[in-house]
Amino acid sequence: MKRSKAAVVGAAETTQLGVIPMSQVQLHADAALNAIRDAGLTVSDIDGIATAGETPESLAHYLGITPTWIDATGVGGCSFLMHVRHATAAIEAGLCRTVLITHGESGRSGIAAAGFPVPIRGSLLQQFETPYGTTGPATMFTVPVLRYLKKHGLGEDALAEVAVVQREWAAKNPRATFKNPISVDDVMNSRMISYPFRLLMCCLVTDGGGALIVTSADRAKDFSRPVYIVGTGESVETPMVSQMEDFTTSRAFRVSGREAFKSAGITHADVNHLMIYDAFAHLPLYGLEDLGFCKPGEAAAFIRERNTAPGGKLPMNTNGGGLSYMHSGMYGMYALQESVRQVRGIAAAQVPDVNISVAHGVGGMFAASSTIVFSKNAS
Amino acid sequence: MKDQTRPLPVPTPETAHFWEGTRHGELRLQRCTHCAHAYFPPRPFCPKCSSAEIETFVASGRASLYSYVISHRPIPGFEAPYAIAVVELKEGPRMMTNIVDCAQTPEALSLDMPLEVAFAKQNEEITLPLFKPLGV
Ligand SMILES: [Zn+2]
Repeated sequence: MKRSKAAVVGAAETTQLGVIPMSQVQLHADAALNAIRDAGLTVSDIDGIATAGETPESLAHYLGITPTWIDATGVGGCSFLMHVRHATAAIEAGLCRTVLITHGESGRSGIAAAGFPVPIRGSLLQQFETPYGTTGPATMFTVPVLRYLKKHGLGEDALAEVAVVQREWAAKNPRATFKNPISVDDVMNSRMISYPFRLLMCCLVTDGGGALIVTSADRAKDFSRPVYIVGTGESVETPMVSQMEDFTTSRAFRVSGREAFKSAGITHADVNHLMIYDAFAHLPLYGLEDLGFCKPGEAAAFIRERNTAPGGKLPMNTNGGGLSYMHSGMYGMYALQESVRQVRGIAAAQVPDVNISVAHGVGGMFAASSTIVFSKNAS
Repeated sequence: MKDQTRPLPVPTPETAHFWEGTRHGELRLQRCTHCAHAYFPPRPFCPKCSSAEIETFVASGRASLYSYVISHRPIPGFEAPYAIAVVELKEGPRMMTNIVDCAQTPEALSLDMPLEVAFAKQNEEITLPLFKPLGV
């Protein structure tokens, strides 16, 4: 493993998840203040801000911060993973010392929230996808999957099994929205949303937020539970799901994952814990394959054989994921938070001896991706 | 499928030829004369080699069903459940569309089934390229 340049020294979610009587910017602030407190710092220590959903200037003003570095990368749910990557580079370049990354989203209540973006009139997306009845992620993110299932000779139950295993993890997490056990039959009998996707194969919708504090690896030694950032990756492909070059694999996933593993100098066998953004049940299948944990078409069997379940060799989405834990719209921050908790050893469903955790995110409908490798050790 | 109120495309200078084509019953694609790459959606240069030496041509209108979902959520302009499909044109590019003259069921919509374009006039300016089973 290569030497780490930066570390997460503070991490927290909003005090509540679910239905929260707060505006979106207050969700950011609630999470930010929790994370700053977790790091043992004060707001005046922050000199860098990275955020999406709200602007850096709204955060700076609301929290009373005067930053010397900002990042407003906003490519959907994996933006916060990219913020970790960019913050690492900025700290190494000396542009700032202590970065606050915030997410907050009033996904359920919609209080002072932008909501799902409406395509720009005349954009290629608006001209060549919107006229055909797309209504948001459930009818867009889902479009490639029949081709994937056909290519690999899989049935819809491959999607159901993802949801079942993640509910097992959620059952161990008191903060999870849905904790009751479910069976493949329960998933297959749930209401059809967008064939082949049924209700229990789709993420839930909640309010919530999370924040991270990132500083240099050298300085991180002075903090109580640093989680080192050892590898990062990012890429984008297309805003139009119909124009992905291959419906059975995500180019952005592959490029981001490859960069993250290469920059970390680790192999797949080194990974003790994995988070793969699961807005819908097919994403962990694509993620496991595109990150190289499984060969093409083998992720469904890998999950069915309980490799990612409690007690398995590659525990995945251990908070319950977007399918059962929470999903405010841009879920990436919660994947990061669970990776940090697992490396710190304080997760609700703690995996024994997590040295390396990988968090993998998606933005838009396979439009963007970012991957972060965390470790307990700096090198 | 009720078409009165579905969202309609807003053409731009770069896509005007495409929407003029569908108005005239033609599915117009673009091809690079430098590297022969046929592409969609429209742009005045080749997305593969960046050459501006490109030509517009009329595609065959033949395609096959590449992937789809069937949305069960009622929205204006559509009668749920309705399929949102991606077809692969004979010339190579893929495009999102709807499948008409066909039951909107997994049984009727089988991947790789042959399709042909069916132009659906929405108003004086916009005609959408929908697809139907070949020979129907
Ligand atoms: Zn070319």
